[in-house]
Amino acid sequence: MSWFSNYARSSVGAKHIMAVTGLALALFVFVHMLGNFAVYAGQDAMNGYAETLKSTGAFLWLARLGLLATVVIHIAAAVRLSVLNKAARPEKYRMFKPIRSSFHARVMPWTGLIVFAFIVYHLMHFTLGTFYYDYYSAVQELPGGATRHDVYSMVVQGFQIPAVALSYVVAMVLLCFHLAHGMTSFFQSLGLNHPKYNAIIRYAGPVYAAIILIGNSSIPIAILAGAVDLPGA
Amino acid sequence: MKLKLHVWRQKGPYTPGEMVQYLAEGINEHMSFLEMLDVVNEDLISKGEEPIAFDSDCREGICGMCSMVINGRPHGPDQGTTVCQLHMRRFRDGDTIYIEPWRARAFPIIRDLVVDRSSFDKIMQAGGYVTANCGSAPDANAIPVAKERADAAFAAAACIGCGACVAACPNGAAMLFTAAKLSHLHHLPQGQPERLRRTQHMVNAMDAAGFGNCTNLYECEAACPKEIDRDVIAMMNRDYAKASFSHRD
Repeated sequence: MSWFSNYARSSVGAKHIMAVTGLALALFVFVHMLGNFAVYAGQDAMNGYAETLKSTGAFLWLARLGLLATVVIHIAAAVRLSVLNKAARPEKYRMFKPIRSSFHARVMPWTGLIVFAFIVYHLMHFTLGTFYYDYYSAVQELPGGATRHDVYSMVVQGFQIPAVALSYVVAMVLLCFHLAHGMTSFFQSLGLNHPKYNAIIRYAGPVYAAIILIGNSSIPIAILAGAVDLPGA
Repeated sequence: MKLKLHVWRQKGPYTPGEMVQYLAEGINEHMSFLEMLDVVNEDLISKGEEPIAFDSDCREGICGMCSMVINGRPHGPDQGTTVCQLHMRRFRDGDTIYIEPWRARAFPIIRDLVVDRSSFDKIMQAGGYVTANCGSAPDANAIPVAKERADAAFAAAACIGCGACVAACPNGAAMLFTAAKLSHLHHLPQGQPERLRRTQHMVNAMDAAGFGNCTNLYECEAACPKEIDRDVIAMMNRDYAKASFSHRD
């Protein structure tokens, strides 16, 4: 397997790894967003969706471990490359004017790190219930006396706090900038280019990023605006 | 014209450098940028000071020798132009101009604005050629090459190896140079037999030389005096994956 470690450590191999893990994470974000749209269908739909996910047991844990591994590889490779890139120019220019690159493309490591911090916060908020435990521990009573985790009320009550809703929207803006460069870069990094498709590829990242931004931000905004509210409220 | 220059002065590879201010007087707007520096140097010599060391050779934009970052842009403000083809009419009387060398770990400064670009030679030595001895130039059209491929090969072969791509890259990467050298052979039949091996060897030599890593910012493409396209890098990325996963040396 020494050929693979050589490949993974090479400049081109490392960017393939960034591209493939980045794509996996970006697709997860999309599927996650589609699932979250259940909030618009009301309490039963959202809680039912959550219950179904949790009932998959081993599969859920497999998916979680896979995601965790992908995140770890993506960040580890990015940190290593950033350190190498800094070292490749020990003395900075006294004056330097970028021409073609956009600001968001140049600050990928920073948006990436902030989004990672957001993921930790997001997991503590909704998955682990580290804070706002009262909302997290809410249960929905089902006919017949059974109960299930009331994800719907947890999300709605969580986002009714303006600071929390705002923090999610800000995180989505940063993720949007990260994806706008990342999704287009994916194609270049793997060499998937063709004059026929290059124009589409150029817009693939920004369009994908905008869909994620609008879709995901719509949830805290709708809740804050009162369009989505607690059952019976 | 009268100009205020801020020039990077550095006595040798191991001595720290600094920006030094000079006044350039009596500059004609028809002079090239290098001729302007020649005038400044004549003045410095007459004052008994060390002239500013800079690289230049053909002064007609084809050799790739001249190399300086002018006001934050490799080869200066004009697109698709080397420093020697930049003229003083591009500036205005009284302008302040910052002049710096290519800055990259793989291009150590020898003196002032002169850098050592032999790491490019190491990349070329790793595979930037066709191994078979082809004898003298073949007859035209003896080996059919489609027009599009010939054009693509020629566009990549326009690389003069000046290193502006590295100088412009925020990561100090040499991907555009290496990819151009690969692409120029890989669009032609003669380049095919050694294609994967060549890609692997040249990329590995590029990494070993201490260049940075590409983050798809395309500053290289914007700075390239020969306007080489980012597509050459995509081709290299593709070939490197093929080489790593399917080729055994």
